[in-house]
Amino acid sequence: MTTFLEYLIKGVSVGSLYALIALGYTMVYGILQFINFAHSDVFMLGAFFSWRLATAFHLTEPTPLGATAILLAAMSLCALTGFILERFAYRPLRRAPRLNVLITAIGVSLFIENVGQLPWAFGKNVQQFPPLVADHTFTLGGVNVRLVEVITVGAAVVLMVGLNLLVYRSKIGRAMRAVSIDHNVAGLMGVPVDRIISFTFVVGSALAAAAGLLVGITYGQIKQPADSSWILYGLKAFVAAVIGGIGNVEGAMLGGLLLGLSEQFVAGYVSTVFRDAIAFGMLIVILLVRPNGLLGRRVVEKV
Amino acid sequence: MTTARAAAPTASKVGAPQALARSLLPVAIAVAAALLVDLLAPADSYAEKLLFDIGINVILAVSLNIVNGFTGQFSIGHAGFMAVGAYVSIVVTYYGGYALFGDVIPHESWAGYALYFGSIVAGGIGAALAGYVVGLPSLRLRGDYLAIVTLGFGEIIRVVLQATPDALGVREMRDGIPAPDGTLHKLSRLEWPLHLGGALGFPHPGAYNSLAWTWVAVAITIMVAYRLRESTHGRAFLSVRENEIAAEAVGVNTTRYKVNAFVLAAFFAGVAGSLFAHQIGAGTASRPEEFNFMKSFEAVIMVVLGGMGSISGAAMAAVVLTLMTELLRSVGDYRLVAYALTLILVMILRPQGLFGSEEVWQIARRWWAKRAK
Repeated sequence: MTTFLEYLIKGVSVGSLYALIALGYTMVYGILQFINFAHSDVFMLGAFFSWRLATAFHLTEPTPLGATAILLAAMSLCALTGFILERFAYRPLRRAPRLNVLITAIGVSLFIENVGQLPWAFGKNVQQFPPLVADHTFTLGGVNVRLVEVITVGAAVVLMVGLNLLVYRSKIGRAMRAVSIDHNVAGLMGVPVDRIISFTFVVGSALAAAAGLLVGITYGQIKQPADSSWILYGLKAFVAAVIGGIGNVEGAMLGGLLLGLSEQFVAGYVSTVFRDAIAFGMLIVILLVRPNGLLGRRVVEKV
Repeated sequence: MTTARAAAPTASKVGAPQALARSLLPVAIAVAAALLVDLLAPADSYAEKLLFDIGINVILAVSLNIVNGFTGQFSIGHAGFMAVGAYVSIVVTYYGGYALFGDVIPHESWAGYALYFGSIVAGGIGAALAGYVVGLPSLRLRGDYLAIVTLGFGEIIRVVLQATPDALGVREMRDGIPAPDGTLHKLSRLEWPLHLGGALGFPHPGAYNSLAWTWVAVAITIMVAYRLRESTHGRAFLSVRENEIAAEAVGVNTTRYKVNAFVLAAFFAGVAGSLFAHQIGAGTASRPEEFNFMKSFEAVIMVVLGGMGSISGAAMAAVVLTLMTELLRSVGDYRLVAYALTLILVMILRPQGLFGSEEVWQIARRWWAKRAK
C-alpha cells in the first residue's frame, strides 16, 4: 500500500510536469493547428536559463525567495524566446502548407539544441543543478514524500489555475479562444490575431520554463541541450496533450496526470525498460479508439 | 511533371522486351559501375567508408521519398524500420551462420554470400512487415498526427531492442546458458533470435558487406522508385499527395495506396539497415542507439532539401549532405547549427525544396531551352 502511494505521489508530480509542458503544445495546436516541435527545446532552455542564473548569482543554498526569482526570470526569458520563435520562424509561414511549418519547427528544434551545446552557450557536459529547494524527505504515515514533489505539484497547480483564469475569465483569453475557433472570423471581429498568437507562444513558453526549472530541481542535474532525453520529455508531454484532446486546456492537464501515473505504475510494477514505450503505446491506442482525445470535440472535415 | 506525363504514352508503344531492356539497362550499368568502384576503391580506406555512407543515405532518402514525397504523408520514423532490417538481417547471418557453418564469423564463400543475400532480403521483408503493422493503423491519421505516431513507433522499436537479452556466443548456442542452479539451460533454435544484444547490440556483426553490395542496392532502389512513379501505382500515390479527397472521389483507395507506399519505403529502409549492420569495421553498428530519431530526421532533411517527390533531388541531397558532414568536421558542432539553419531557410525561402517535385534533368532541359531562345 505504501509503495502504491509512493508511486501515486511520484506519478502526480511527474504528471504535473508533463501537464505544464503539454499546455504549451495544446495552446499552440489549438490556435495554429501545428505541433510546435521546438517546444521541448523551450522547456530545455527553461532548465538551462535557471541553471545559468542560479550559478551566476551563486545561489547554492536553498532559498524560497531566490528560487521564486529564478523561476520568474527563467519564465520571462523563455517567454521572450517563444516570442522570437513565433515572430521570425513561424510567422513567415502562416499561409504555407502545414507540412512546411512542421519541418520548420523541426529545424528550429535542431537549431536551438545545437546552438545550446556550443561551448560558449551551455556546453556538452552534464551540469549539476543548484539545490534551489532543500532535498528534504518527510514521512507521512509511512509514505516517503520529497519536498520537491510537493513543490512541483503546488507550483503546477498555481500556474494551471492562473492559466485557467487567463483563458476563461479575461478579455485576452476570450480573444485566444476566438482565434482558436476561427482566426479569420476573429480577425474580422477586430481581434488582433497576430498579437494573440504571439501571446499564446509567450504563455506556453513561460509554462514550459517553469517545468524546466522544476525538472532541474527534481533530478539535481541536467543533461546537455542536444540530449535526446529532452526531446523525449517533450514528446511525452505532447502525447499527454493528445490523450487529453489536443487544443483543450483541461485535457492537457488530465492527459499529463494520466501519463505520469501510468508511467510510474508501469515502471514500478512491470519494468522500467518499458517506461518510455508506454507513452507511445497509449498515444496509438487513443488515436485509434478516440482520435480526438478524452476531452476533445469531434471535428468534421469539410471539403 | 508535364514531361513525365507526355512520355508515358510513347513508353507504352514500345514492345515489351524493349521496355524490359530499357528498365533493366540502367540497373545493369549501375551494377557494372558499382563493381568497378568496388575494385578501384582501396579496401578499408577513407574513400570506401565515405562511399558506403553515401550509399546508405541515398537508399534511405530515396525510399523515404516514396512516402513523404510521392504520397505526401509525413513519416519521421524511418530509422525504426532501418533498425528492424538491421536486426533481422544480422540475426539471419549470425544465428543462421552458426546453424550452417558452426561459427559466427563471416564466410567469404558462395554459401556465405548466399546467406548474406538472404539476410538482406529478410531484413527488407522484416522491415516491410513492421511497416505494414505500423502503417495500417497510423495512416488513417493525417499530417502532424502521422508524424508523431511514426516517430513514436520508431522510438518504441528502439526501446524494445534495447530491452532484449545479450546476444548468444558460440558456446552458449551449443551448450546453453547457465541457469541459477549451476546447470546449463539449453535454448531451442527458436529462442536464439530473442537474444539481440540489448543496449550494446551484437558484439561481432559479420562484415559481409562491400561497396558492390551497397551500390547495387542503391541502383535498384532508385530504379524501383523511378519506375514506380511512372506506373499506375505511382500515379495513385501522387494523386493522394495532390488532393486526397479528389483522389478518393475518382476511385483511388487512398488508405491502401498509403499503406503500400509505406511498406515499400520500409522495405528499402530495412535493406539499408541490413547493409549498415554488415559493414566492415562497423563494430557497433547494430547498437539500437544508432537508430534514434536523429537518424530519422537526417533522412527527412535530405528529402525536404532535395524536394518532395524528386528522386534525383533526394539522392543528390543525400550525397551532398553526407559529403558536407565530412567536409565540415573541422568546424565541429557548427555543422549541425548550419544544418538546422539551412532547413529553416529552405522552408521559408523555397518551400518546395531545391528541386521541387521535378527531376534534375527536367530542370536542366528547361534551363537549356530557355537559354537557346
